[in-house]
Amino acid sequence: MTSTLGEVAELVRSKNAGPFWLTIDVFLANVDDYARVVGSPLTDAAFIADTYQVAADSVRIFTLPHLNAVKVSVPRPSVQGSLYDTDLHAGQQYVALLGTIID
Amino acid sequence: MNADVRAETDLRAVFGDEHPATVRVLVPVGMLGGGFPEETVARASELGAHVIAVDGGSTDSGPHYLGTAIAKTSRTAVARDLRLILRAGRAAGIPVIVGSCGTSGTDAGVDWVFGIASEIAEAEGLELTVSRIYSEQSIHIVTKFLEAGAVNALPPAEPLTAEIVAGCSHIVGVLGHEPIVDALASGANLVLTGRATDTALIAAIPLALGMPAGPVWHGSKISECGGLCTTNPLSGGVLVSFDASGFTVEPLASDAVCTPRSVAAHMMYENADPFRMREPAGTLDTSAATYRQLDERSVRVEGSRFERAEQYTIKLEGAAPAGFQTMILVGLRDPQVLARLDEWCGGVLAYLRQNIHRQFGLEPKDFDLQLRRYGHDGVLAKGEPQRSDPPREVGLVFIATAADQQTATQLAKFANPVLLHAPLPGETALPSYAFFGSPAETERGQLHEFVLNHSVNVHSPAQLFRTVRTELVPA
Repeated sequence: MTSTLGEVAELVRSKNAGPFWLTIDVFLANVDDYARVVGSPLTDAAFIADTYQVAADSVRIFTLPHLNAVKVSVPRPSVQGSLYDTDLHAGQQYVALLGTIID
Repeated sequence: MNADVRAETDLRAVFGDEHPATVRVLVPVGMLGGGFPEETVARASELGAHVIAVDGGSTDSGPHYLGTAIAKTSRTAVARDLRLILRAGRAAGIPVIVGSCGTSGTDAGVDWVFGIASEIAEAEGLELTVSRIYSEQSIHIVTKFLEAGAVNALPPAEPLTAEIVAGCSHIVGVLGHEPIVDALASGANLVLTGRATDTALIAAIPLALGMPAGPVWHGSKISECGGLCTTNPLSGGVLVSFDASGFTVEPLASDAVCTPRSVAAHMMYENADPFRMREPAGTLDTSAATYRQLDERSVRVEGSRFERAEQYTIKLEGAAPAGFQTMILVGLRDPQVLARLDEWCGGVLAYLRQNIHRQFGLEPKDFDLQLRRYGHDGVLAKGEPQRSDPPREVGLVFIATAADQQTATQLAKFANPVLLHAPLPGETALPSYAFFGSPAETERGQLHEFVLNHSVNVHSPAQLFRTVRTELVPA
């Protein structure tokens, strides 16, 4: 059944990892949902790069089976607090991924 | 455990000849001034804590606080927390360590917390031996490192230039645990540091008392935000206990518990890499760590490793002025304007840019204008997935940025009637929109930007830092 990341995940959050990185944590409730998300565009660097307008080779993707979690880190498109930054703590940037299709 | 990763400083001044098998650190709250229940910290003695360690800052509140050397936290709230912590520390006969004083860890931030501590010592009749560790760096010193080829760019930064260094209003070096251990060994029972790694304050005494580096750095990272590694993030702090084979973490508040998931997940928090974290002396590697529930409230972690780096490095943080801002908040509710919002905003900006040149003689490089559309795409900007949906109402924030406050405000005043009355193309009647209030414009003051993401190679951990010791004796 096809659904979105927002529907499948138990928790999705984003935050600064220092002023120069944005990191997104995705927590799944069980190993089946975890496997679905690991096999989704969320672990595709090109898809993440396109979403956040960063270079694909700068995207870092981590799978954490012991937590049923996936983590994605990208260089911040705007440095924290700089002229065009619209999210000082990067706390809402995960929302851009909530519609990601999960098979 | 590797003997070479054990600190060897003599802490007999603090702990006598005791060589504890377990070293306990009480972390009362994630940030000094954040607040915690009084009884949680008063248990320091009963819990057998060897030290109370609390963080006073972070870069997470943005570049303003480093750029201006002003604290983000409330002085009253900091004084309340510090009073309870100092009282608990004296009652238990253990030292207190406060890191990254005054939010950004500038020299002014250290002096700010020292002033608060001095008032508390006087009011409470506490005798304190205070060591202040200053970590602010001059442009001259950083330029010398640059000239010596001793500066490393950290991803995604470009190599550092002398121009970037010269533009900084404040630069701090992020200190490790060693200067803190030195201060404690020389007899301090209150250590106030400039910018330090969040973990160094917690790691200092466990490392100095011979606990293994892998678990110490890992446990320090897990506990540095206090209750954030528990099931009740706002409950206050945690107690973290280190021994030869790992560490155990438990919440201080009775209405919180630690679970393997809440603890392991905290290694992900605010870290770009969930397994590896760089400290001045090397890198923590948690990829082989195991997490298990020890009892109802505490979690046991083993298997963490620390890889000593060949080169000891100190990370730098620096903020530079980036112009002054004035803003205007306008409410947009007209359905026709909201249906053609891009067109309306584009028209307003084009009109202003063209006429600012005529009215003020300013070139495009001399100013910046932005329209942020809260309620539409103000948060995600171009990444907003529902950008094609017309919004019901928009909080439009106009922002003028210029080299000085007066110019930014002049630009906002010039934009005022345009933002109030701009018609859609083809409209003949004069519309008016909903200004937030009078005055329409709000001066935001000076903008700063983080401009350093670099580290420097040093020959000793204390090389960049200056320690001043003071005896506070109540009158």
